[in-house]
Amino acid sequence: MKPASPIARFWAEFRESRVALAALAVVVLMIGVALLAPLVAPQDPYDLANLVLMDARRPPGFVGSAGYTHILGTDAQGRDLFSAILYGLRISLQMGLIAGSCAFAIGVSLGLGAAYVGGRWEAFIMRVIDLQLAFPAILLALVLSALLGQGKAQLITALTAAQYAYFARTAHGAAAAERGKDYIEAALSTPLPGWQVVFRHILPNCLPPLIVIASVQVANAIALEATLSFLGVGLPVTEPSLGMLISNGFQYMLSGRYWISIYPGIALIVLIVAINLVGDQIRDQVNPRLKR
Amino acid sequence: MSGGAATAPLLEVEALATHFFTRAGVVKAVDGVSFRLSKGEVMGLVGESGSGKSVTGFSLLGLVDPPGRIASGAVRFEGQNLVSMRPSQLRRLRGKRIAMVFQDPATTLNPVITIGEQMRMALEAHGVTGEQATRARSVAVLTRVGIPDAARRLGAYPHEFSGGMRQRVAIAIALLHDPALLIADEPTTALDVSIQAQILAEMKALVADLGMALIWISHDLATVSSLADKIAVMYAGRIVEAGPTAAVLRNPRHPYTRGLLDSLPARAEPGRDLVQIPGSTPLLLSLPPGCAFAPRCPRADAACQVMPELVTERLRQHRCHHPLGLEVAT
Amino acid sequence: MLGHVIERVVQALAVMLVMSALVFVGVYAIGNPIDVLIGPDVSQDIRLETIARYGLDRPLWEQYFTFLGRILHGDFGRSFVFGMPVLDLILSRLPATLELTLLAVCGAALIGIPAGIYAGYRPDGLPAKIIMAVSILGFSVPTFWIGLVLIIAFAVELQWLPAGGRGDTASLFGIEWSFLTLNGLSHLLLPALNLAFFKLALMTRLARAGTREVMLTDTVKFARAAGLSEWTVLRRHVLRLIAIPIVTVFGLEFASTLAFAVVTETIFSWPGIGKLIIDSITSLDRPVMVAYLMLVACVFITINFLVDLAYVGLDPRLRKARA
Repeated sequence: MKPASPIARFWAEFRESRVALAALAVVVLMIGVALLAPLVAPQDPYDLANLVLMDARRPPGFVGSAGYTHILGTDAQGRDLFSAILYGLRISLQMGLIAGSCAFAIGVSLGLGAAYVGGRWEAFIMRVIDLQLAFPAILLALVLSALLGQGKAQLITALTAAQYAYFARTAHGAAAAERGKDYIEAALSTPLPGWQVVFRHILPNCLPPLIVIASVQVANAIALEATLSFLGVGLPVTEPSLGMLISNGFQYMLSGRYWISIYPGIALIVLIVAINLVGDQIRDQVNPRLKR
Repeated sequence: MSGGAATAPLLEVEALATHFFTRAGVVKAVDGVSFRLSKGEVMGLVGESGSGKSVTGFSLLGLVDPPGRIASGAVRFEGQNLVSMRPSQLRRLRGKRIAMVFQDPATTLNPVITIGEQMRMALEAHGVTGEQATRARSVAVLTRVGIPDAARRLGAYPHEFSGGMRQRVAIAIALLHDPALLIADEPTTALDVSIQAQILAEMKALVADLGMALIWISHDLATVSSLADKIAVMYAGRIVEAGPTAAVLRNPRHPYTRGLLDSLPARAEPGRDLVQIPGSTPLLLSLPPGCAFAPRCPRADAACQVMPELVTERLRQHRCHHPLGLEVAT
Repeated sequence: MLGHVIERVVQALAVMLVMSALVFVGVYAIGNPIDVLIGPDVSQDIRLETIARYGLDRPLWEQYFTFLGRILHGDFGRSFVFGMPVLDLILSRLPATLELTLLAVCGAALIGIPAGIYAGYRPDGLPAKIIMAVSILGFSVPTFWIGLVLIIAFAVELQWLPAGGRGDTASLFGIEWSFLTLNGLSHLLLPALNLAFFKLALMTRLARAGTREVMLTDTVKFARAAGLSEWTVLRRHVLRLIAIPIVTVFGLEFASTLAFAVVTETIFSWPGIGKLIIDSITSLDRPVMVAYLMLVACVFITINFLVDLAYVGLDPRLRKARA
């Protein structure tokens, strides 16, 4: 009567929430257009040859000198804003996903490692991580990216440093809970090497909370990157993420040219909200205390 | 205290059905349960976990959590139908005329509030206010349930009591307003055996002293038999057998009751293995169309594909196509 | 209890020491502040003299110990940019940030906690869904973006409230505060709202999650079985049970709000320490950065400590364990 596979069951439950399903569709769509930006966008906004200064700061719907309609208007350099947003989305997603993956890898290794070795090392590692978690991520990222300078690698380092601790704590918490269970002790008493027990038995059981954290942290990384770029300590001008587009438009906002900031902002928010909605649904589904 | 069939019943449950509307389907946790209880009478409601005995208890108080709700039936208590009652009216009865005690005192009492304050809240809920009045009443009831030095312990938190003492506090809260009916949902299961016996003895005395009716919900026939005037055995949401305690224990009619009795250690013949009921409790989502016990029943045959009716013979009832005979007849 | 307090104080001091070393090395290892201090066309003599005056020619560890010694005397050095003692500089900016943060966090708690409890109490109702939708927005939308929208809406389009600055201030305890004057309050409102948005979402979600779980416990069922009204159950049982995580987060969030104020203060030109740190980062004003980070660390450790004490007050089970 019921599908046996846990993934199928998970999906069946997920599908019941229309909001979550729509959010997932939005996330997939945005990743899709970001990947295909060079094909979808009417203009390569960073090819200087395409830029016509006369077309700068035109409102949405303006038909530019290149002959096509700028459906979202143009920015201060005369770029087609729609194209700029697609390319910006690409960079924002890239930053969020890479930083999120790095934080995941480092954090989960640390958390599982700590739970595995136990004893004094475990206490020490977790103490440091608790300490870092008490410190606001944005401040750490801000100071780090200010110190490291501008650039993609520097920003990813800053974002990773600001976020790995969340993964570490979650992984450690879940692993420590698993560790106490009988089946792990049984597995450890077999001749399997310890790391195999960790990867085959402990890690899969820690995955649900980690997936929830991962979705939240990717969204956070994107928001954080946008914030840093907005404050001028994120990416260099040559890598215009959504945050930087918003920042560039900020100065024109008070003079009523709202679109230069607003549309990239809407794209950013839709992306983050969609990721969070998906994460929220997963969280509700994996929380055993709310199971019906 | 037994009998009581002649006087008007205190509680009359009629075809009560409580269903849970879950994602996977409708779970009929309680499906057509009927019984009556007179003033001062003690009924044991027996069954395995998942048989619907606890949900029956919660249904009486209107405390079924969503997605569950009472689908049909009536609960008449002191002449009023509780099922059709407004929530605010029902609230005024809860704790005042009908009280309930739960299984695990460690989770029922609020860990961050002193027991004195928890008792005061329960008193204030029914109009007993004022520092002096609430205090005096709390101390009196705590003393009644066997808590030494009650006045001093009012300022203590639940974790400062032992498990047995904690359950006594919970019972005291239930007794604050001298209810006419107490529903006790496995109140001794979480306790040590020696404490169980103490609480059981005290409950007996309390019921006799206060003239309170009691529904004792348990999976354990042994504790029930020492306390109850009559017994109702539940299986998969229905009552399968009911009757006076002594008669049911001596001559079970339903094969399931027989199985429960045979698996009691006290009844086993020395040197022989305990008899177990084969199989396990059915999933309420996928019940067979006929008798729910049939797949585990040694007496089942083709007739059991049809749901048996509840047969009433004088004081006893059973729901079986092939009831065990009365001993006098064999 | 006293032993516990002493242990925590020692721990806090150790953490501060480690922080000071990290901050010092981190901040001083990067960039050359001398370029900020003097123009490129200054003679070599003056250049060397300036380096010596600021102690920049000494080895790093020596600089650190000098720095540590000075801190113990309350001397955080002089700002390269403002040319005044850093401590005075920060203290002069602190009240602006404090009043902003306090208003934001308290407002968020006063609205967020009841909203969250309601949403957790009736999770399937329409109001709960609306509350959750708003909280997801507040949780997701970056603070700087909300700031921009607030400015467009209330300052540019409606022109109800000013877009930046502190407005008029009045003096209390010898410190200038904006919230004491009507004009100052109008300047305070938008930034506080901006800063509160994220906290509001967080408090709401926290209260909702806690309430949802507590509502399913036997404690609530038993309280209902005793005839307590729903209102009493929520106010006297649920609120007390969810207070512990909320107080924790409230405390930590108060501290992290100091950090988030960086963004809000930049957008609304609010002259607090957040604006100061951003300006110092762009101008590589090392002493200010170090002092700011030390201050934030100090606030964090203090608040962590207070939260820890609050735990013991809120959960009687811990009293015995830690006594």
